[in-house]
Amino acid sequence: MRPYDPVAHALSINRRSFLTKSAYGLGSAAFAMLAAKSGFGDLQAAPFSKGVLKAPHLPVKAKRVIFLCMAGGPPHLELFDNKPVLRKLHGQAFPESFTKGQQIAQLQGAVLKARGGSFEFKKWGKSGTEITDIFPHIGSVADELCVVRSLKTEQINHDTAHAFFNTGSIIKGRPSMGSWLLYGLGSETENLPGYIVLTSAGRTGQQPISSRQWSSGVLPSKYQGIQFQSKGEAVHYIGNPEGVCQSTQRQVIDEIRRLNGQLAQETVDPEIATRVAQYEMAFKMQSSVPELLDFKSESAKTIEAYGIKEIGDGSFASNCLMARRLAERGVRMIQLYHRAWDLHGGLDNGMKMGAEDVDKATGALIRDLKERGMLDDTLILWGGEFGRTPMGQGTGRDHHIAGYSVFLAGGGVKAGTTYGATDELGYNAVENVVDVHDLHATMLALMGIDHHRLNVKFQGLDVRLTGVAGKVVKGIMA
Amino acid sequence: MRLSRLSLTAACLLGALSASAEKVQFNRDIRPIFSDTCFACHGPDENKIKGGLRLDSLEAARKGGKSGEAAIVPGKPEASEVMKRLRTEDPDDHMPPAEFHKVLSKDQIALVERWIKEGAEYQGHWAFQTPVKPAVPPIPAGGNAIDAFLASPLAAKGLAPNGPAPKATLLRRAALDLTGLPPSDADLQAFLADESSEAWPKALDRLLASPHYGEHMAAQWLDFARYADSNGFQSDTKRTMWPYRDWVIKAFNDNQPFDAFTIEQLAGDLLPNPTRDQVVATAFHRNHRLNGEGGRIVEEWFAENVIDRIETTGSTWMGLTMNCCRCHDHKYDPISQKEFYQLFAYFNSNDETGVLGEFGGSGRTRAGGNTPPVLSLPTEEQQQTIDAAAAKLAAAEQALKAIPTDQPEAYADWLAKQRAAVSKVGVAWEPLANEKVSAKENAEFKRLDDGSWLVSGGTAAKETYVLEAKPSGNLLTAVRLEALPDDSLPNKSLGRASNGNFVLSAFEVRLETADGKTTAVPLVKAEADFDQPGWTITKLAPIPMAKGKAKKPSDDKAGWAIAGNEAKNRVPRKAIFTVSPTPIPAGAKIVVVMRHEAVSAHSIGRFRLNTSSVDAKLLSLKTDPAAENARRLLAKPTEQLTAADRKALAKLFADSPEHPRAQAVAQVAAAKMAHDAALAAPVTVMVMKELPKPRDAFVLLRGEYDKIGPKVERALFRALPPMPAGEPNNRLGLARWLVDGKHPLTGRIWVNRAWERLFGLGLVKTSENFGSQAEWPSNPELLDWLAVEFVDRKWDMKATYKLIMSSAAYQRSAAVTPAMLEKDPDNRLLARGPRFRLPAEVIRDQALWISGLLVDQQGGPSVKPYMPEAVWDETSVYGDMRNYKADTGEGLWRRSLYTIWKRTAAPPTMMLFDSSGREVCTVKRSRSNTPMQALSLLNETTFVEAARKLAEQSLRRPGDADARLAWMFRRVVRRDGTPAELAVLRKGLDKRLATYAADATLAPKLLAQGLSPLPADLDKAQLAAWTVTANTLLNLDETVTRE
Repeated sequence: MRPYDPVAHALSINRRSFLTKSAYGLGSAAFAMLAAKSGFGDLQAAPFSKGVLKAPHLPVKAKRVIFLCMAGGPPHLELFDNKPVLRKLHGQAFPESFTKGQQIAQLQGAVLKARGGSFEFKKWGKSGTEITDIFPHIGSVADELCVVRSLKTEQINHDTAHAFFNTGSIIKGRPSMGSWLLYGLGSETENLPGYIVLTSAGRTGQQPISSRQWSSGVLPSKYQGIQFQSKGEAVHYIGNPEGVCQSTQRQVIDEIRRLNGQLAQETVDPEIATRVAQYEMAFKMQSSVPELLDFKSESAKTIEAYGIKEIGDGSFASNCLMARRLAERGVRMIQLYHRAWDLHGGLDNGMKMGAEDVDKATGALIRDLKERGMLDDTLILWGGEFGRTPMGQGTGRDHHIAGYSVFLAGGGVKAGTTYGATDELGYNAVENVVDVHDLHATMLALMGIDHHRLNVKFQGLDVRLTGVAGKVVKGIMA
Repeated sequence: MRLSRLSLTAACLLGALSASAEKVQFNRDIRPIFSDTCFACHGPDENKIKGGLRLDSLEAARKGGKSGEAAIVPGKPEASEVMKRLRTEDPDDHMPPAEFHKVLSKDQIALVERWIKEGAEYQGHWAFQTPVKPAVPPIPAGGNAIDAFLASPLAAKGLAPNGPAPKATLLRRAALDLTGLPPSDADLQAFLADESSEAWPKALDRLLASPHYGEHMAAQWLDFARYADSNGFQSDTKRTMWPYRDWVIKAFNDNQPFDAFTIEQLAGDLLPNPTRDQVVATAFHRNHRLNGEGGRIVEEWFAENVIDRIETTGSTWMGLTMNCCRCHDHKYDPISQKEFYQLFAYFNSNDETGVLGEFGGSGRTRAGGNTPPVLSLPTEEQQQTIDAAAAKLAAAEQALKAIPTDQPEAYADWLAKQRAAVSKVGVAWEPLANEKVSAKENAEFKRLDDGSWLVSGGTAAKETYVLEAKPSGNLLTAVRLEALPDDSLPNKSLGRASNGNFVLSAFEVRLETADGKTTAVPLVKAEADFDQPGWTITKLAPIPMAKGKAKKPSDDKAGWAIAGNEAKNRVPRKAIFTVSPTPIPAGAKIVVVMRHEAVSAHSIGRFRLNTSSVDAKLLSLKTDPAAENARRLLAKPTEQLTAADRKALAKLFADSPEHPRAQAVAQVAAAKMAHDAALAAPVTVMVMKELPKPRDAFVLLRGEYDKIGPKVERALFRALPPMPAGEPNNRLGLARWLVDGKHPLTGRIWVNRAWERLFGLGLVKTSENFGSQAEWPSNPELLDWLAVEFVDRKWDMKATYKLIMSSAAYQRSAAVTPAMLEKDPDNRLLARGPRFRLPAEVIRDQALWISGLLVDQQGGPSVKPYMPEAVWDETSVYGDMRNYKADTGEGLWRRSLYTIWKRTAAPPTMMLFDSSGREVCTVKRSRSNTPMQALSLLNETTFVEAARKLAEQSLRRPGDADARLAWMFRRVVRRDGTPAELAVLRKGLDKRLATYAADATLAPKLLAQGLSPLPADLDKAQLAAWTVTANTLLNLDETVTRE
């Protein structure tokens, strides 16, 4: 049955007072009613900022997510999953019992040989979590991490694997995780989009990434991720046209408001009020985005800690600092894509370069959030769309989906632990297996959401991030 | 099924029913409840039935489940287990279970109870019953049949409909709805001046006859067709499908009936003697994405594409969402998984692989292009060129045939002459004998007639070739390596890397004596006739040798490469490896080892080796190997010639200019080249081409391509009418079944979408879903009447638009009263005219039209308007669509449906205004209202330039500033501004005039936006100030809204 529409109702009964109270027919009263539409009593809220959930389903451990997506598929066997048996088998035929009938990407039809991990591992921190020694900075915050060594995915090609990792489905048009969070929880900022995507590219192994990965799918497009560009303007069309100063732009927006207000006196349409509000927010964004991009307030020590070579250079390091700034400003979902890990060949060298670009900044981000007291309510996920085969592919490794590693940190995560394991060759996840739906369910749970209950009706179906699957993995949660 | 008359909409049923005596209806009242809360476990999906109970038919519900209790006893709610389960407080027994998170309201439970009490009559899903035309109720004054159906629900609600909208508003509404552009000045004046009753129908006829109608209708159809200019997925390369877009535009403009429109797109290729256009139409089902990622699994993507066709067909024509059926029976609709794959069988026999074509060699998927089957579309001129070239080729071949191949006398002369010449020159390079080649990994070798080796097979990251042979002569002074291009190699180049390059990282020579002992032959020098910068051959020698084992080169990256990634370098290359002169004992073998270890999978694709016993100082890279080979043959005494030698000599003669056929052969070659070029010139489009023998189809268990289930045959859904008699059981029959007039969905879907286009919401709000989860129609009789009327009018789309737009309902003013808002907030009863934001394309096109910039040219290839810097490169530098450069001329100002569409980086402004991403079929767009839209309209070059041109036009109008402002206002929203509105604009304009006069540096900056010329005669400060005011107008709610 059609829900009662409080805005329309409010407009209808308050029309007179609504029109007289505000200067040009629109103003705070309109905002109030728009806020009312979303089911909340908060009269100050702008329309962008509220989600559909009236109250959290579960205790809220994290308020925002920073997803450091290592696009291309970093090799778990070099980074988080030490396999001495595999090292011993290096160069020899890979046992067919593991690979028979399994999905294989570029190694289709090739002779399969084991490839031992290229780097040494070290036990880090008090927890003694085993992590590669080419990740000294991530290692140094090992006590904050929960390394999941038993993740499984279903998709073996990049594009579809990203889609699955982001939306829980390869059915096209499913909303991505960030859109779900925004839809459910709303944003905590009125000056910035609630879901922001930053991309950076490494020196090798660069895989393309499609903008549909941050699409809102069947959810309204206001929930889509907004990509900050590394070239040109950070946000499309954020700058005034050349030759239009900020005071002129303000005049324009005021005039638009007045004229729309005159229109609203004759045409009672809540969309007009919404549009006026959106122009106000656009104007705010025009000053908040440059302020956001301006790293002047960051100390030289901070810049150095992240390993930023040049401010605003679009590097992963620069994006990590940006992620912290976005988190501070109340952005709900911050997703960084670093395209560097598709190491079919030249793995050793690619790993060294990847580590140089990623390790320091990741470590710095976690430490920085911790020092600012923000790690407690920020959920960090670090990982790729899949892992890489324990079989070698020339000088590299192929795509691998049957078991790989990611780590989580921050809000509600059981810090200084590992969860799950793969078999002795790092092929199949065998202990405490976590699939992508489980990971999603757990992340939503940490955000206070029961994944069964965040859904939207589409074509008669209840669409969810976790589809009809997913279980919350208690072992990851503190 | 005849839908019963309703005086109320579903929206207010609950409240109304409790007080009314009207009987509860299963479809309207109960099915939505059961479908939402019960059917997931007690519905059509056989595999998910819990407790053995189904509630989707009375028979099953009576029988009950495992518990043996009748779930429903008609007339007796107290005896019905369903009621007990709904009402019980016991959490173990309560339905739906708590973990399902579905709760029925008290009203809903009461409704179920009443329905049981009244006899629990089930009905088949309304949308699956062929509509029967209801009688038209009395037609209200000033209205048509449509108003007749709308009248009584309005009256029942006590709502008095609005009168007609002001004429200017009305014409703008109709023009934007039908053509996507505002009405022209001439149309507007004619309409305002015409006070006759014919004014409106005439205006509609003018709009329907406009060529812009076809463009505007096509924009939505391209969403359904998932049209794009790129292949999608990882490399997202170019494809050429615009001829299909042109076909769609023309079909709409020609008012092709919807049945023919459907049949041609789904099965034009299967029509008897199809015309070219009918085959172009089948591009509809080639518009899906094609995966070109390395490591893709062909069978998987083949299945994905066929499934995409099923889902697209289901959504576009039937409003059915079937993607869940790929894995299991439908949860809500009577469609089984088996039926889904029976439908699969209609679409799986296209003559295709299922993945992106490999352009320019195996594994090449980054160059872009059209994947077979394709249709070539020569223009008339091109066809003439092709015909002429074909005639020339035939004539040349005829001429060649006339000259005998066997020319013994000429041959003898030629041979004598050649031998005399050769005796004066020596032979520097000798061929190897008894060659054997092997690979360390998985490459395979084939010896060609010219003594070269062509490599195929696997492309391991690191590969080593080992050649063993018997050298001629008894001294080894040098080895020559020739790398040769071949058509079978990537880009027809020399190397096996996907770009056509190779990197040779080591070249080792050994001698193996008859006793099996191997000695390394040290290299002294290496030189090549071409080196890729940074990859010179000198790095290969000298290589320190120890006991026949090469030391690992110190620099991993060292090697000889030939830049085969560039087309100009795909020519034969030579390298000479000088060795310290080594005597060759009798019976010894030479072993050459070629390593490719520097760069992954960069091995040589075709090569030939020769040895020399001549003093190395006499050897030159300039020697032509072919000529040398010929010399060698000619030097041999006749009696020593082998059969192969004789054949080779005959070939030399045949290829020589002295052969009597030589000229004719050259002419054939030239004619063939011209013919090939003529054939390659026309644009192509991907089309459907049915295989002579259909492929088998199977149920894919859990929807996975590699889990093959039982074989299935082509068959239609049992829940829908059967195939019309006499139709073939293929795509053509399927298409005709959709439009035979008895199909319950096709007509309803189309008229509902037409309604949605004109009223903002369909009569069925869930226009994307007509399955059992569909919303109950707001006016079922009207929906059915329209659907049958559409078929009766022979699927005439223009006539049906005109019919709907001739209703009083369409023409109503959008003014709202509080009573209306309260009683019908969503305007489902249509007491007022609807008001909604324009689609993405229309917002941009309207701005171009208002400014006078719009280039009114129809059809043709896609164009590149302004887009943000690096719009294609932010996320990908693969493929051939990168480094976006906007056009510099007319392409900047064409209608938006011609904008080039790269799927992974779609035009940002279109996406911000809720355009579909064109990844897959999208039948409904959202309509959002965001700050990003404001930023785009305020700041994007397209809109700033449009404002500048609008300002320029305004300043050229007669009269003072106020008169010009009034004109500008009218130009933008097509009505006169009120004094209050114009006053606001005037005040702002004056402020800006002062601003730009005060700072002369500002205006030139603003006016530099956009490439359209800047008039020299207008004052810059004036023009800038007016530009900002024009921009203000382009941003008004009214401007981006049609009301």
